Amino acid sequence: MDMLDLLNNFQLNSLMFLIPSLFMFCCGVYGFLTRRNMIAMLISLELMLNAVDMNFVVFNRFLCPGQMDGMFFTLFAIAIAAAETAVAIAIIINAYRIAKDIDVKDLTKMKF
Amino acid sequence: MEATLPLLILVLPLLMFLFLGLFGKFLSHKWAGIIGTVGMGVTMIIAYYTAYTYFFSGQFVGADGERLQYIVFDQDWLSLWGNLTIKLGFLIDPISALMLVVVTTISFMVHLYSNGYMRDHHGVYETGFQRFYAFLSLFSFSMLGLVVATNIFQMYIFWELVGASSYLLIGFYYTKPSAVSASKKAFIVTRFADLGFLIGILILSFTTETFDFMSLTSSPLPGVENTYYVDAATATTALESAGGQMFLGGSLMTWALVLIFMGGMGKSAMMPLHIWLPDAMEGPTPVSALIHAATMVVAGVYLVARLFPLFMINNAMGGAALDIVTVVGALTAAYAAIVACTQIDIKRVLAFSTISQIAFMMVSLGVSREGMHDNLGYMASMFHLFTHAMFKALLFLGAGALIHAVGSNDYTAMHGLRKHMPITHITFLVGCLAIAGIIPFSGFFSKDEILTACFGNSAVAYVWMSLVAGLTAFYMFRLYYLIFWWKEHNVPQGHHAPKDQPWTMTLPLILLGIVAIFCGFVPFADMVSWNGHAPHHSGINWTVASISLAVAIIAIAIATAMYRKENAMPAKMRSFFPRLWTAAHKRFYFDELYMFITHKIIFDRVCKPIAWFDRHIIDGTMDAFAAITNKASYAIRGLQSGSAQSYVWVYLIGALLLGGGTVAIIFLFF
Repeated sequence: MDMLDLLNNFQLNSLMFLIPSLFMFCCGVYGFLTRRNMIAMLISLELMLNAVDMNFVVFNRFLCPGQMDGMFFTLFAIAIAAAETAVAIAIIINAYRIAKDIDVKDLTKMKF
Repeated sequence: MEATLPLLILVLPLLMFLFLGLFGKFLSHKWAGIIGTVGMGVTMIIAYYTAYTYFFSGQFVGADGERLQYIVFDQDWLSLWGNLTIKLGFLIDPISALMLVVVTTISFMVHLYSNGYMRDHHGVYETGFQRFYAFLSLFSFSMLGLVVATNIFQMYIFWELVGASSYLLIGFYYTKPSAVSASKKAFIVTRFADLGFLIGILILSFTTETFDFMSLTSSPLPGVENTYYVDAATATTALESAGGQMFLGGSLMTWALVLIFMGGMGKSAMMPLHIWLPDAMEGPTPVSALIHAATMVVAGVYLVARLFPLFMINNAMGGAALDIVTVVGALTAAYAAIVACTQIDIKRVLAFSTISQIAFMMVSLGVSREGMHDNLGYMASMFHLFTHAMFKALLFLGAGALIHAVGSNDYTAMHGLRKHMPITHITFLVGCLAIAGIIPFSGFFSKDEILTACFGNSAVAYVWMSLVAGLTAFYMFRLYYLIFWWKEHNVPQGHHAPKDQPWTMTLPLILLGIVAIFCGFVPFADMVSWNGHAPHHSGINWTVASISLAVAIIAIAIATAMYRKENAMPAKMRSFFPRLWTAAHKRFYFDELYMFITHKIIFDRVCKPIAWFDRHIIDGTMDAFAAITNKASYAIRGLQSGSAQSYVWVYLIGALLLGGGTVAIIFLFF
């Protein structure tokens, strides 16, 4: 069996996408829980979000291939995520201006 | 009569109040006074014209020669359930035309007089002068609205308005604590009485489904004919059935009338609700003359007179309302006359004399019966209201001139002023002769009618009221001699010497003096009667008149003997009845009684337990809820750390446990 055959017979499998997506999501959760830097937490958040987006696309493709709902939902989520990131970055910049720090452990000014 | 013209009687004082109240501070004191006085003068002229047209034009006389009621307008104001509608209107009949004349005359005199009174000896105006005139206008508006009311609810509205303006004017010197407490006392006592009035109105309107005087006072009984009140349709059956329902020993109608009379007792200072009137003398003297002698305090008499046909019906059906009016009036007349003999403050003497004279009017209404000269008492009461307003306003304005000249309310600071203030002296003497009932002064005629009415009712009432009339003559001349005679005045020199006051103050005295002499000759019996018909009998009953004249002259002679020259007789008399004298001087401890009832019984025994219950049980329950919530929040506040990461940990662990648990259950059991 040469390389071409191998490529021709290659069958795409949903697990091939879901496992990396799961890995990505777990990385995100781990990062969100363990990092204290707000930028790093934001990156972790985006990682989780992208994993979920990927799931949407994958399930759309494998469960109901004729429809595009999942795809659109993903595009929509990406757009929202971009806006949300902008807001989050703005908050972080302002927090830095006030506290000279973006470590969540040190941002305790308004705590009771 | 044009409809718009009588309306001006109400509109002008109201506009004057708004103008002086809103823009008064931009006016000079002098102009505020002039504008207020001229406005009231114009109102007075219109009122005179209205009354003249009503009585003498012949337009308002029915087929049998009876005087008709004339409704200038009657506007729907509030529609309640059913046919019950509150209207605002303008009613002219004999007694409201009479009251229009009385109120505007006295009000104009007081407006004029205040231009002089509300200044000090150097002609400097008192602070709040414009406010004073604004309040006077408000009072005039309210009082005029009260007398022309077409229905009992409109009367109640204006009734409260006169109460409010009386409160404002008694408390005019609001920096003086005694004036403030006097104004509060007046307001609270009359307000308490008005609670009865309101309940009475509600009972009456609930059973008859009308507020309208015309419907209410139309007679349902065949024995009591009443052509005067035209519309008999609505109230007839309702009143008959209401008269039949019994409650706590009295018919529903008796209860309604007695409760309404309670409102009149408060306003007219009948015992035991009289306690506010002597204290109300804390207000400026012109206010005492206008409100607390001539106009507002007779509102109670006016109210009973207005509803008199109802009282008559009640009496014919065996109800006790008229007898209660008589008894309350007779007791009050005697009480106030005795107290007036021992007061030192001249305004208080006049206040008690006012209470006593209003009680005369009440008794006169109370003894008025159909069989007796066609309700002579009703006419006598209105006649006395008219003459009393004139001579009592005269006496108060005279007292104001004395107080203004001397700077004190006590006769002990006066004595022997006759040479220094001749005009005040003569006019005051005229007032005293009028109130004592000496022929031909006005009080003689009206008091004679009242005593004749009492004579026709019962011997007890006649003797009682004659003795009180004698006491009246005695205490008025006691006051007169102690002010103008007794001993020579210790005269301060220079511009502080007591002298007659400026023309703005003496002119009203002279005018009212002339009126007080001659207004007894007004043919009152032809003009006012309870059903519009002129009575068959009128004129002076010379038996009664000569007896009452003799009593008055004897009383004056005693007063002359005791007080004309300084002597030891008054002090001897006083030590002869020390306890009686002290009790009368302390007004028979009514104020102390009220203090005891309110403080010791109501506050200590009722209010304090209620306050304790409120503070500890009701507030305590609510406080406990708050405290529990608070404690719980403190206990669990650590959970709300504000750290998103710890929340995520909790969430993650919870999600894993739930998910793991679900999977485990599925594998184990299925």
